Amino acid sequence: MIKFTHIFTLLLCTSFVVQLTKISQKLTAKEIIEKVDDNMSSDTQITESDMVIHGKRNSRTITSKTYIRGKHDSYTEYLAPAREEGTKMLKLDDRLWIYSPSTDRSIQLSGHMLRQSVMGSDLSYEDMMEDRELTDIYNAEIVSEEEIDGRNTWKLELIAKVNDASYHKRMIWVDTERFVPLKEELFAKSGQLLKETIMSNITKIDGRWYPKKMNYKDMLKSGKGTDFIVKSIEFNAEIAAHIFTKGSLRKS
Amino acid sequence: MIKFLLKGILRDRSRSILPIIITALGVGLTVLLSGYLKGAFGDIIDQNARFETGHVKVMTQAYAENKDQVPNDLALLNVSEWMDTLRADYPQMQWIQRIKFGGLIDVPNAEGNTRAQGPATGMALDLFSGKSGENKRMNLEASLVTGTIPKDSGNAIIGHDFSEKLNLNLGDEITLFGSTMNGSMTFKTFIISGTIRFGTSAMDKGALIIDISDAQLMLDMDNATGEILGYLKSGVYEESETSSVAASFNDSYKQFTDEFSPEMLTLREQNNLASLLDYADVMSALFIFIFVLAMSIVLWNTGLLGGLRRYQEFGIRLALGESKANIYWSMVMEAVLIGVIGSILGTIIGLGITYYMQVVGIDISSYLDNSSMIMPSVLRAKITPSLFYIGFIPGVLAMVFGTMLAGIGIYKRETANLFSELEV
Repeated sequence: MIKFTHIFTLLLCTSFVVQLTKISQKLTAKEIIEKVDDNMSSDTQITESDMVIHGKRNSRTITSKTYIRGKHDSYTEYLAPAREEGTKMLKLDDRLWIYSPSTDRSIQLSGHMLRQSVMGSDLSYEDMMEDRELTDIYNAEIVSEEEIDGRNTWKLELIAKVNDASYHKRMIWVDTERFVPLKEELFAKSGQLLKETIMSNITKIDGRWYPKKMNYKDMLKSGKGTDFIVKSIEFNAEIAAHIFTKGSLRKS
Repeated sequence: MIKFLLKGILRDRSRSILPIIITALGVGLTVLLSGYLKGAFGDIIDQNARFETGHVKVMTQAYAENKDQVPNDLALLNVSEWMDTLRADYPQMQWIQRIKFGGLIDVPNAEGNTRAQGPATGMALDLFSGKSGENKRMNLEASLVTGTIPKDSGNAIIGHDFSEKLNLNLGDEITLFGSTMNGSMTFKTFIISGTIRFGTSAMDKGALIIDISDAQLMLDMDNATGEILGYLKSGVYEESETSSVAASFNDSYKQFTDEFSPEMLTLREQNNLASLLDYADVMSALFIFIFVLAMSIVLWNTGLLGGLRRYQEFGIRLALGESKANIYWSMVMEAVLIGVIGSILGTIIGLGITYYMQVVGIDISSYLDNSSMIMPSVLRAKITPSLFYIGFIPGVLAMVFGTMLAGIGIYKRETANLFSELEV
């Protein structure tokens, strides 16, 4: 009887391992990334979020509402605090405008200004601007399987195949079941780690798994990084076309 | 004796003309190079002190650590109290606040859309109080190309080259987009009241100068500043005095456990100026050493030739009973006189060329197109009191040294052989 139990357990374990191996064998790194993209993106998105910026002296929370259309267009309106209220950002393809209610002017950002931090956070405008598919910019390969916070992940290494990639190398840990990235590291060509992102509070929303909290950390700066907390998110919601025009930036 | 030797030098020019020419050339070059080094390095130090470092500078330790990035989020708070403390503790210095900031200048067209853009290097000075002396220190009035210094809030002056690049005219509006002390976006519209040219490429390419009260408002830096600069009231940088002020301040107020406590740095401790100051001293000493050495070798050779030519003269003098030491020292005295004459001539020539270089200078602006260092675009020599005597060191030393070496031959003459030598 004891022998039978042992054999049964062994068979069960073997079967489980074989199944897991089959999944990872079936999927290539490119397919995993495509599945992540499918899970994380949608035709449109409306997100209300808090950005908690941990500075050296204090922390600030900035609330904003973002409308996203496809992969290239987005519109963000800052709602709080009062200092930021009414500031808007519009991104259409590779162009970015910022509107200031105090001067009633829209300024298009370009050149080195895109490398500046957004609102003092650990994110740059350039980070926000990147809208190409990862598979268009990087060659990916599965490096290993690791466990993060009790979740099995594929560790993917992405090496840039184009010259104008913001980061030469990315390491991404993707949840093997939910196809959600749990951690990402961004490297310079020199091999120096530049930024790290930790995704947490993975929640099922409209049938897909989505991280409701992301911590972005500029590794060249000291501090606790910037938390991006999703307060609400709607996938494939209807968004009026005029939102994605320069006219929407002006005072409403 | 001196009169006798002088007569000899003047009457027998063949014995003195070559050494005098060599000495004058060497001295002239020493004076010119010393003057040029003093002028060029002095200008660089002075420009840095006025624009960037002060004679001393107070910042938070965290700001000082990253000061090249102009981290206004690490600025010094409660600045009015710190200003009171500094004025009370160190009255020999004048204390002023400055804020540096970066941003994007956007020039709107009639419809409010972007017409031109460029990155700006902003500097906020105390212009409105009338007590800071910043106008004079930064030579603002004299550096204005067009317009006037800002007199009202919302006015700005801009680098002349920058204004041409952005096609700006006086009275035009510009919008500065940047980050506040807390990292928020900030937008502020300014009216151009003047354009300026400092002669410093790093500044002229993107300078924007506004009053500090405007900057504090724009950058959410109420009662805060990036830097407090201290200038000795004499206006001249004194290493020992500034070092003692900085040491005293840091002993009293710098706390190693609090990165936001203030720290005072001297000019020497900023922008790698220590190495520049040391380099200037070393280079001056090196030039003098090289000229003493090189001229000594040449003059030794000249002395040897002169000694050979005067072989008979020395022989007769020895035969008449003059001691070898007496002849040797009369030669040395003669060398001193020739050295002095050569040095006077060389100093006059050197000072003349140095004065020309002081007025005209060497234009290095084409080499500074991409430079971010505060450097004058024209390097000029400077006539200082030391130039009036510095040439006498290599001039007289080299001549005397060369003659002393050449004159050793006198001691090798055998009195017993003198008459047979003289018969030849």
